[in-house]
Formats: sequence, structure tokens, C-alpha cells
Amino acid sequence: MTDSHLRTLEAETESRTAAIAAAIAGLAGPGDVIALAGDLGSGKSVFARSFIYALGGSGDVPSPTFTLVQMYELTPSNVFHFDLYRLEKPEDAIELDIDDAFHEGISLIEWPARLGAYLPPRRLLITFEFGTNEDARLLHLDAPDAWAGRIQGLEAHV
Amino acid sequence: MNLLGIETSCDETSAAVISGGNGAAPSILSNVVLSQVDIHQPYEGVVPEIAARAHLSHIDRIVAQAMDEADIDFAALDGIAVAGGPGLIGGVIVGVMTAKAIAAVHKLAFLAVNHLEGHALTVRLTQDLEFPFLLLLVSGGHCQLLAVTGVGAYHRLGTTLDDALGEAFDKTAKMLGLGYPGGPQVELRAKTGDAGRFDLPRPMRGRPGCDFSFSGLKTAVRRRIEKIGAPTDTDIDDICAAFQCAVGDVLADRAGRALDIFERRFGDPSALVVAGGVAANQYLRGQLSNFAAARGLELAAPPPDLCTDNGAMIAWAGLERLRLGLTDGLDFAPRPRWPLDPNAAPAMGAGVKA
Repeated sequence: MTDSHLRTLEAETESRTAAIAAAIAGLAGPGDVIALAGDLGSGKSVFARSFIYALGGSGDVPSPTFTLVQMYELTPSNVFHFDLYRLEKPEDAIELDIDDAFHEGISLIEWPARLGAYLPPRRLLITFEFGTNEDARLLHLDAPDAWAGRIQGLEAHV
Repeated sequence: MNLLGIETSCDETSAAVISGGNGAAPSILSNVVLSQVDIHQPYEGVVPEIAARAHLSHIDRIVAQAMDEADIDFAALDGIAVAGGPGLIGGVIVGVMTAKAIAAVHKLAFLAVNHLEGHALTVRLTQDLEFPFLLLLVSGGHCQLLAVTGVGAYHRLGTTLDDALGEAFDKTAKMLGLGYPGGPQVELRAKTGDAGRFDLPRPMRGRPGCDFSFSGLKTAVRRRIEKIGAPTDTDIDDICAAFQCAVGDVLADRAGRALDIFERRFGDPSALVVAGGVAANQYLRGQLSNFAAARGLELAAPPPDLCTDNGAMIAWAGLERLRLGLTDGLDFAPRPRWPLDPNAAPAMGAGVKA
């Protein structure tokens, strides 16, 4: 059992959420799984889009709600952007090739609870919560050991 | 010419046979659509056909039924068309492999059709319409304005920077506790609603270009609902009406900009065409029709059952390609991403405010 390391980042604006995403993108590598939880409109897609741009994505980053996954060929590895909003059974995710994505790529997963037990324990879980004003968000990070050191000095990068 | 068309790129498993292309008006001989929505509606949820095996378990039966209803033999076909992407790769593979197998066995022309091209050309199946036309393609996965200057010739003028329009409808329905799919539910509730009670934003309206953004509208709807707390039926009706009204205004504004760009680059279009699943929405069709009339243009839209995903649109796009000799080899590889306009400049979408 790995320990959980909890911390909360405040994003007063959407561009601040984007900056946090870019900073975390700079810390990510092949095999990382980043779960993005939170209500509709809480900033998950903004985070994912900014993360992908930060790794050099230059094309469209459409919401994958309809196709469930979009893959981006980036450096240091391919990024798989999942949106499991429409997933009914966790088993269905197997046919989205989550195994390959989790091992070789960087996975960004919106609506990760839909994955049930298939969500690896080594995931970095970021839960988005609405803040006090319209654009403000709270990002609650729940990090396993493998991420604890990396997110230590995160504020300094943002 | 007779063509069989297969569509498995997303939730629907569909096969259709169409006839046409020899001067006679085209006709749909059969169009069998197995929608998971129908199957799962009693259970208040949809099981998307994300699993290739779900398509796989239906496709043979659906193809057989389409051939049966059309009362035609494989030997009487001139070609077989299949949606080769974009979409869920597992589903696309099932359709493509099925089509290749039929093409190989019966020595038929094989046509890998872009799913979006199917939507784009459907209007030419149901009415006599010349190129070029301005196309508004609105579905669960897309929201684009394109200049269509010929078969295979698409110029993207604008696209959504975040959510697709069908997705915005579905998420609004979800937040209001309405059923799935959300589009028809929102449309139904809006009919009895007061569109003027809630003031919702019109994202991108008045901005240069003709891109879309619906994320901010979704957030505004969420805030309204939160403010109300537990919305009554009347509240829900009014929110749906306000949402739909905002969408209608945005579509008309963006289509207007697109038309300006179109006229500068390509001359006068033959019509404004609206296609894709959201084009089944009667209110939006009405708003677009008013807009088109004000600009002296015809609004052309396929009938609602040909706006949602179906095999006939794939068969028709295949026929359009076949008569231009645009067939594909059996080495065609399914394409999960396949933009209609590969030269379109990317739309950078972070941080668009409502």
C-alpha cells in the first residue's frame, strides 16, 4: 500500500488552472496516469487542454466525450486523453486499450470513477472543486509516493 | 449503381443499400439502424457501443437485414462503402473488416468514407443540390462550418474550441436530470419554456472569424441551476428554452460570419446546409431557416432520421466517390482521427470566456 500525499492548490482564474496543468505536464513521464475528477464545468477539460499544449500539442484538442479517447503524439510520450463520462461498465474500458496507454503513455482521465478497479493505485488524482468566485477553482491533489517528490515544489513552477 | 454502406464508427450499428447515380434520382432501398439508445432507454441510461464486440455481434445480422429489405444480391452491388473513421477505433475496425471481406469475396469496389463526409453529402441524396455550399456540421462530436466545393473538397472555416454542440445539449440535460440522449429532451422541454426568463451568454457572438465555444454556456447553465437549488418543471422548461435560444443566436451569428468568408473566397453558395445529429432539432432548423432567408439563401437539411448516424449516408458518400473513380485499396487502415480539411489551421481553445 502506498501512502497518500494530500495537498490543495488554489487557482483564482482559469489561466491559473492552465498554468498548474502546464507545470504538472513538465513533471510527467511515460507510464503516468493522472485522474481528473470533479463536476461538469469544474475545469477538467481546461486542465487537459493546457497539459497537452504544454507538451507541444499544437492542433485541436477536442473534448473526447463522444469518442471516449483522443491520442496525441507528443514528447516525452504519447498522451491519451480519456473522457469516460459515457462509460457504463469499467470492463468496457479494456477495449479502449487502457493497458497500453497506462504503460507507455501519459494518461489524462476525466471521470476516472467510471474505471472502478481498473484505475491504477499509482495514479495522481486531482479533484476539481468550485471556488468562491466564478472562475476560482480548488485543485485537491492526492498523490502516491511516486508523485510526492515531484509535486513538492509545484508552486515554484506555476 | 447500387451500393451497400456500413456505419460502426460510434454508437450505431447500421447498414443500408442505396441506388442511384445514373441520372435517376437516388433512392434508399434499405437503412437498418441499430441504436443502443433504443435498446437501453428502458434502463434510463445508454451503453455506448464502445466495445468492438458489441458492433461485432450485430453487424452480420444488420447487413443481412439491409440486403434482405432491399431485396438485392451481393452480385447486384457495384460497391461497398464503410465509415473508415473518425471515431472509436474498435468500432471502425469491425465495420472496415466486414466491408473488406464482402468486397473481396464478391469482387466489389471498396470505398472507405470519412464519417463526416457522409454527414456532409447526405443532403445531395435527398435533394438536387449543386456545389459549392456552406455546411454547418453539428453533432455529438463536432461543431464545424465548412465550405464544400466538391466531393472530397472541404475547407474548414470555423470549429468549436472546446465542447461539441451535441455534447453541450447532453450535458445541459444531464445537469437538469433529464434523460439521454439530451438533445431531444432539451428540445421538448424548451417548447413550453420561457426563453426570456434566464439571461444566458452567447459565447463568441460578434467575434471575428466563425469559431464556436460552448464550455462557458455550459458553466452558465450550471450556475443558474445552482442558484435555483431544486428546479421545478417550469424552471427546467425555462432553462432549456433559454439554452436553446442562446444556441440559436450563436449559430446564426457564426453562420453569418462564415457566409461572409465563403462569399469572399468561393462566391455564392447554393445553400446553407445543416447536417449531423443536432440538425434534427426543429427549433434550430427554424432559426437557421430565418437566418438563411434574411440572407437570401435556402436552408437545406436532410430529414431528421438521416441527420443522426446511419448507413445510407455512408452508402451515398460512397456512391458519390465511386462515380468519380475514388475507390480505395483493401490495404486501407482505419483512421481514428480524420479531419475533413487536413489543411485547416488548428483552433487553439484554452480560456475562451463566455
